[in-house]
Amino acid sequence: MKSREITWQAGGQQGEGLESLGEILASALNHLGYELYGFRQFSSRIKGGHTNYKLRIAAKAVGTIHKSCDLLIALDKDTMQNEALNIQEQGIILVDSILAQDYSGQARCVAIPFKDIAQKHGSQLQKNIAALGCTVAVLGLTEEDLEETLRKKFIAKGAEVVAENVAVLKAGIEYIKTEVPSLLGVLPLPELKHKEQHLFILGNEAMGFGALSAGAKFMAAYPITPASEVMEYMVKKARKLGGQMLQVEDEIAACTMATGAAYGGARAFTATSGPGLSLMSETIGLAAMTETPLVIVHSQRGGPSTGLPTKHEQSDVFAALYNTHGDTAKIVLSPSTIEEGFYDTFEAFNLAEEYQCPVIVLADLQLSLGKQTMLIPEYDKMEIRRGNIVEASSLPPIKAPEYFPRYSVAQTDGISGRIIPGTPNGICLGTGLEHDESGRPTEAKDMRIKQTEKRLQKMKTFLANYKKALAVDAPYSEADALVIGMTSTRSCIAEVVEILRQEGKKINHVQVRLLLPFPAKELEQYIRQAKKIIVVEHNATAQLAGLIRMHIEQCPHLENILQYDGDIMYTEQLLASCKEVL
Amino acid sequence: MAVLQDFKNNVKPNWCPGCGDYAVQMALQKAVVQLGMEPHELALVCGIGCSGRFSGYIYAYGMHTTHGRALPFAQGLKLANPKLNVIACGGDGDGMAIGLGHTFHAIRRNINITYVLMDNHVYGLTKGQTSPRSDLGFKTKTTPTGNIETPVSTLEMALAAGATFIGQGFSLQLQELTDLLVAAVRHPGFSLVNVFSPCVTFNKVNTYEWFKDKLVDVKDIGGYDAGDKGAVLNHVLEHEGLLTGLLYENLTKPSYEKISGLAKNNQMQSVKKLAPDVFSELLEDFY
Ligand SMILES: Cc1ncc(C[n+]2csc(CCOP(=O)(O)OP(=O)(O)O)c2C)c(N)n1
Ligand code: SF4
Repeated sequence: MKSREITWQAGGQQGEGLESLGEILASALNHLGYELYGFRQFSSRIKGGHTNYKLRIAAKAVGTIHKSCDLLIALDKDTMQNEALNIQEQGIILVDSILAQDYSGQARCVAIPFKDIAQKHGSQLQKNIAALGCTVAVLGLTEEDLEETLRKKFIAKGAEVVAENVAVLKAGIEYIKTEVPSLLGVLPLPELKHKEQHLFILGNEAMGFGALSAGAKFMAAYPITPASEVMEYMVKKARKLGGQMLQVEDEIAACTMATGAAYGGARAFTATSGPGLSLMSETIGLAAMTETPLVIVHSQRGGPSTGLPTKHEQSDVFAALYNTHGDTAKIVLSPSTIEEGFYDTFEAFNLAEEYQCPVIVLADLQLSLGKQTMLIPEYDKMEIRRGNIVEASSLPPIKAPEYFPRYSVAQTDGISGRIIPGTPNGICLGTGLEHDESGRPTEAKDMRIKQTEKRLQKMKTFLANYKKALAVDAPYSEADALVIGMTSTRSCIAEVVEILRQEGKKINHVQVRLLLPFPAKELEQYIRQAKKIIVVEHNATAQLAGLIRMHIEQCPHLENILQYDGDIMYTEQLLASCKEVL
Repeated sequence: MAVLQDFKNNVKPNWCPGCGDYAVQMALQKAVVQLGMEPHELALVCGIGCSGRFSGYIYAYGMHTTHGRALPFAQGLKLANPKLNVIACGGDGDGMAIGLGHTFHAIRRNINITYVLMDNHVYGLTKGQTSPRSDLGFKTKTTPTGNIETPVSTLEMALAAGATFIGQGFSLQLQELTDLLVAAVRHPGFSLVNVFSPCVTFNKVNTYEWFKDKLVDVKDIGGYDAGDKGAVLNHVLEHEGLLTGLLYENLTKPSYEKISGLAKNNQMQSVKKLAPDVFSELLEDFY
């Protein structure tokens, strides 16, 4: 019988090749057409070099992991002590036979001499490939399903290495066939109705790829978990395209350099997390005041201060919106899937140039470090819009002391013509001080008011035009409840909503994808359609609920489901919490 | 060819009469004319301070950034827009206190821009507080009993950071300062020009006379070799940094642009969709 889906998990010490084990399996499954979601977990109870990786394999799109798994590969004690507790009752544990087996749970636990299998056909370093072979056998796959992926992975090291790995893989499969035949194909993969080609991509890479696709060629950044993969991706790709990624002295420099490059006409950005955003706040104000198209990818982790550097949280909403002093005109997008991470980052560069302002792409740890299958971005639909850049050809000659009115207040939409420095006859000034239409500092009250309103008007124009403020799944015009979330809780909420609907409840779901300016009007219509409003978020101060209340007049009572233990949200728990509230 | 008038914007500086920054403004305008620049080919990027107002007083592209951050902004601008001549300016508080980290790293990085640091040993704009360049014992509003912290040695710091061009000028020596700025802009890499630019309002110790008295032009030092780092350091130590002229230049260390490859291939001005084949190639990583 085919299953609905399978969760595979492997735990062991770093350096045992767990990551490549997961990668190879996922890559092969992606080629076979399965939908995948992979997440590497760090457990605080576990010290030292332990690492573990979960992969959810399904026939339809999945966007998060569950707490439990069906098949667990245990290569170290930590895995047996901690992860084995979460296995399904009918699950299977394949434990390295060199470990003491004191497992007393319900699942079937089988000791496998991974090292011996590997050693016999290659070297003991290929223990992970032996485990891959066993996995393949239990899932009912064959060596042919994996061979091509293995070849691709190891061909750079030579045909011999490929052959050796294939031999170990086969030996793993053979071991199950001959020694534990009852395990052969006992956890069959779900049936695929249709097969589509997908990418299997890390959230941070999707955002980096989105930036690159949008023509971003300048990045300056300072390493920080969980955002570093964006700079690591850019450094690999930018140079060949005539761009550059610079690792600079701190986040102040990173953000300011990107702003300088953006002012200079490049598409430029930085990526950071918690503490980095704090350091960037002053420059964000500069970009807002000088109307410079800066893009920041911000991936939230546990705060405040250094907080929980490797743990998930969504507690920087207020910081992303308000950490800069003054009436700051900026945009904060919040993608809720890896695919949206790609498109929103792409779009962020368009918006930054069209509205001449800083744009923050607010992600979170799960979105950044989760890996998901996504459809190949539609090349033809990707459109670059640079907004109102004034070309040299349209400029009449000017001479000192005459300036181009860069900050003209004549336009009703607030958007004035932008000049790329170097353009003849376009000379103008820029300053973080309040300024006149040419960018000269001024304290004249009339101009102060006009310039402030000009900057804020751009945000109103944007909000009126923007079509992707909410991700909506709201089939009921009179709902029992509306569940509202943001960023990476999308998939977990969707699963819970699905279960509740099957139980006969009328539940709507809205994921807020635009946090600033806040799409209050659009959201309000769904709020008014529901008897109960449940706001789900990963922080202790209900920041999203606070925003909703701030923007919606006579806002009905909001129920909060808050999680701030550093872990991601699991369907089981969220379902229970929702039921309590309902 | 542009003339001096082309770089004047008729904005009356809000500097005090007699402020050293006027001379720097004049010298810079002369230098860019001498270099054959057109106003639109120049971008001035400034920090915050009296000196930070610089970009508003010269007719060219100008960006008045935040306190201490002129250099990161200027470096980003230069890499993104390599044809532009980028000159960063600021005071000693800007570059040696709040922005010191950026100054050090900008020197290390060696991007082809010029940094003009107007050094008056005091905070002017905020009305007379101590600066990291203030002498020991210097009394200000925030050091009423005299400064007790060792002043930063800009020159030693620059040498330690691996500078490829260090010049030092003085507001009273307009011609020398102009020449120095010309040489600095021509230098293929990061050039630092520290200018003693007295604050006549809040520094009654390090006055024009004080500097005139103490400064020694390196041309007057027999056998001075601006290419010998060790010897330069010795001179700096011996004269407690009170030297003027082209103090150090290293033409063997390539600029950031050269090393990174940007000098040969810089596509940052070309903002467009990736070519279909490039896009397909990028997809390969994710199958
Ligand atoms: C982050 C920040 N802190 C403080 C200030 C206030 N501030 C403006 S200029 C300045 C110091 C000015 O001294 P300096 O850089 O030596 O320039 P000068 O005015 O002497 O030319 C200070 C502290 C500011 N603008 N920004
Ligand atoms: S306060 Fe000092 S530095 Fe500022 S303008 Fe006056 S003299 Fe110049």
